[in-house]
Amino acid sequence: MDLSFGPEYEEFRAEVQTFLREHGGRSPQNAGMRAPESLAWQKLLIENGYTARTIPKEYGGFGAPPDIIKSRIIAEEFADARVNTGLGGQGISMLVPTLLEMGTEAQKLELIKPTIQGEMIWCQGYSEPGAGSDLASLTTRAVLDGDEWVVNGQKIWTSTAQLADWIFCLVRTEPDAPKHKGISFLLFKMDTPGIEIRPLVDMTGVANFNETFFTDVRLPKDQIVGQRGEGWMVANAVLGHERDSLGNPNNTLMRLNALTELMKTETVGGERLIDNPVYRDRLMQIQGRVMAMRFNDLRVLSSRLNKGQDAALARMIVKLQGTELRHDLEGMAIDILGEVGLSYGDNPHTRSAGSWQSQYMYYLGLIIGGGTSQIQKNIISERGLDMPREPKVEKAG
Amino acid sequence: MRFGLSEEQTLLEDSVNRFLRDHVALDRVRTYADGDSDDDIWQGLTELGIPALLVPEAQGGVELSPLDAAVVAESLGYHVAPGPFLGSAVMAPTALASAGDHDEELSALAAGEFRIGIAFGESIGRRIEAQVTAAGGRISGSSLFAFDADADAYLVADSNHHLYLVRAAATGLERAVLTTVDRTRRTVELTYNNVEAELVSDDTSVYEATLDIGRVMLAADTLGAAQAMIDQAVAYAKQREQFNRPIASFQAVKHMCAEMTASLEPCRAMVWFAAHALADLPDEARVTACHTKAHLAEVGKFVAKTATEVHGGMGFTDLLGLHYWFKRCGSNRQWLGAPELVREEAAQLQGLA
Repeated sequence: MDLSFGPEYEEFRAEVQTFLREHGGRSPQNAGMRAPESLAWQKLLIENGYTARTIPKEYGGFGAPPDIIKSRIIAEEFADARVNTGLGGQGISMLVPTLLEMGTEAQKLELIKPTIQGEMIWCQGYSEPGAGSDLASLTTRAVLDGDEWVVNGQKIWTSTAQLADWIFCLVRTEPDAPKHKGISFLLFKMDTPGIEIRPLVDMTGVANFNETFFTDVRLPKDQIVGQRGEGWMVANAVLGHERDSLGNPNNTLMRLNALTELMKTETVGGERLIDNPVYRDRLMQIQGRVMAMRFNDLRVLSSRLNKGQDAALARMIVKLQGTELRHDLEGMAIDILGEVGLSYGDNPHTRSAGSWQSQYMYYLGLIIGGGTSQIQKNIISERGLDMPREPKVEKAG
Repeated sequence: MRFGLSEEQTLLEDSVNRFLRDHVALDRVRTYADGDSDDDIWQGLTELGIPALLVPEAQGGVELSPLDAAVVAESLGYHVAPGPFLGSAVMAPTALASAGDHDEELSALAAGEFRIGIAFGESIGRRIEAQVTAAGGRISGSSLFAFDADADAYLVADSNHHLYLVRAAATGLERAVLTTVDRTRRTVELTYNNVEAELVSDDTSVYEATLDIGRVMLAADTLGAAQAMIDQAVAYAKQREQFNRPIASFQAVKHMCAEMTASLEPCRAMVWFAAHALADLPDEARVTACHTKAHLAEVGKFVAKTATEVHGGMGFTDLLGLHYWFKRCGSNRQWLGAPELVREEAAQLQGLA
C-alpha cells in the first residue's frame, strides 16, 4: 500500500499549480466552443501539455509519453482550482483516440490537429430511432456510386450537430453480412447537401441533442476509418473511451461538498438542514457511497500502474454505480429543499444556481445514455461473471 | 503508487483460505453451531500465526498491519468460520499494545494460549437491563452479547469509554450463552457481582482505536461473506435449469447478480483503504472506519437477501446452508454499532452533528 505518487510527481503537481496561479484567472467561463477566448485557452493548454498531452507533435499535440499519474494530477489540480480544462466534445474525446488507433496516416495528419485546436467540431452519428441498446441493428445505409458513398437514413441523439463541421457516423454498407459485420465508420462534412438537423428538446427544457436526417448525402469513398464492414470494431474502440469518463467519482465528490455546504447554510423553520437527523443520515449514506467509489477509483488507477493487479470488475461497474449515485445525490438535495427544490430556470428562489434539478435530470439521461444501466448489468453479468447470454429469439413471421 | 494487497498479503490470504477450505467446510460450521468447540479451528489458525498478527514483536508477535488482519477477516467471513479472531487477535491486542504494560497477556495471546473476549455493549448502546459500573478495581452489572463464549478474560468498556480486563475465572463472574440467529459465533451475557477488574486504560483514544479496528474487521468479514454468497448464487444460477435453460441466462437473474457485484466490488477497495488508514492516515481513520462499517452493513444486507432469492426455494432451506452467510452478514451489521448509529458518529466526527 503506497498512496503517494513520489517526489518527481509532487514537483510536477507544483508546476501545474504555478501554471494555474499565473493563468487560471484567464480561463473562459461559460464561453461557447467557437468563442475566441475558448480557442486561445485551448491553444495555451496544448502548448503547456495540459490537454492533448499524449497526442504526437506531428498531429498537433504536446507529444508527451503516456503517464497516467501526470494526467490525473492535471485533472485533480484543474478541478481543485475550478479552472476550465479545455475543449471537450465527441471529436476530441472519442474520434481522436479512434483515429490514433485505427486511422490512416493521411487521416491523422488532416483531422487531428484542427480537431484538438477546436477549429473542427464533430458530432457522433451512432444511435437511430430503431437502434438504441441494439446499436448493431442500425439501418442508415451507404452504397458506393463510383468514387462516392451515398448515405440515406436517420440518426438520433446527435449532440452538437447544429454546431458541428463534421460527423463520424456508423452506416450499413454490407446489407447481406451478419449485423455486426455489415457496418462501416464514415466521416463526412455537415454542410454536405442532403443533411437536415432538427433540435430535440429533452426533459431539461434544452435541446442538448438533435435528430439528423440524411437524403442522398454524397462523400468521397476514402472517408472511411478501417475497412468496409469493420465499423463495429472501430466504434467499440471509441465506446470504451466514453464509458471511462461517465460516473467519475471526483466530480461526484465536488457535488457532495456542495450538498454538505447547502445543508449547513439553508434553514427551514429556523433549523439548518444538517440539524435534521433524517436528512443528516441520508447525507451520511451518500457520503459512504461516494467514499466507496473514490477508493474503487484508486484501485482502478493502481491496476493501470502496477502489472498483475486485477481490477476488471472494479472498472466495469463504474458507469452503472457512478451515474446512479450521482442521480441519487442530486435528488436528495431536491428532497430536502422541499417546495424550493422545485425551482427552475428564472425562478428567483433557486439554490446553487438551479443546478440540483438540472443535474438530477441530466444524470437520469446519463443513466440511459452511453449504454443504459440494464446494458451495463448485461455486461457485468456476461463479461464479469461469465453468465450466459439470453438466447436469441427468431423473428416472428 | 500502489493501492492493493502486497504479495505477502496475497500469500497470507491464500494460506488462510486453504486451511479454512480444508478444515472448516460447512459441515464443520454446523457442528460448531450444534455445540462443538472451536478449539481445533483456532489451533489451526494459530499454526498459521494468526493470533500473533497484530501483537508487537517484543511480545512475540509479528506486528503486521490492520490491512493484514482485514485480509484474514475477509477469509473468515468467506468461510463463515467460527473462532475468537475479532477479540483475541484484533481488538484485545490493539487495546493492550496501545495501553502498554501487558506483556504477559500479549505474549499469551500471540501464542494462541489465551483468549480475550469483547464486552463493549455498555459503551455503544447502553440497555436498561445491562449496565456496567466500575469503581475501585471492581465491576458490577452486566454485559450483553459479549464475544466469545469461551474466552479466558474479557475486555469490558464502560460508558466513559474506559477499558477493563476481567478474568473469566474471577469470583463473582457469571457467564450465560445467549442464543442469536448467527450460530457461527457464540455470544454470552456476563454478569458481574462486584468482580475484580483491572483498569487497562482510561485514555479514550485507546478505546477508540480498539473500536475502529473492530468495526473495520466486521466490515471485512461481511466483504468475505457477501462475496461467498455472490459466488454461490452465480454458480447455482449456471447449474439450475428451468424452462429448459439455465436460470443464469434470464436477465432477471443476471441483473440480480450484476447488482450484487456492482454494490460489493467498491467495498473491497473501501475495506482496504479503511484498514490502511487505521495505521497510516490518522486524520481519516475514524470517519472512514465508521463509513466502512455502515456501508458494508448496507451492501451486506442487500447481497444476503438477493443471493438467497437467486437460489429460489433452496436458498430458504437449512439443507443448502446459505442462511449461515445470511445471518453472519446480519450479525456483522448489528455488532459494534448498527448503521444509523455509526453514521451519526461519522457526522459527529466531521462536526456535522
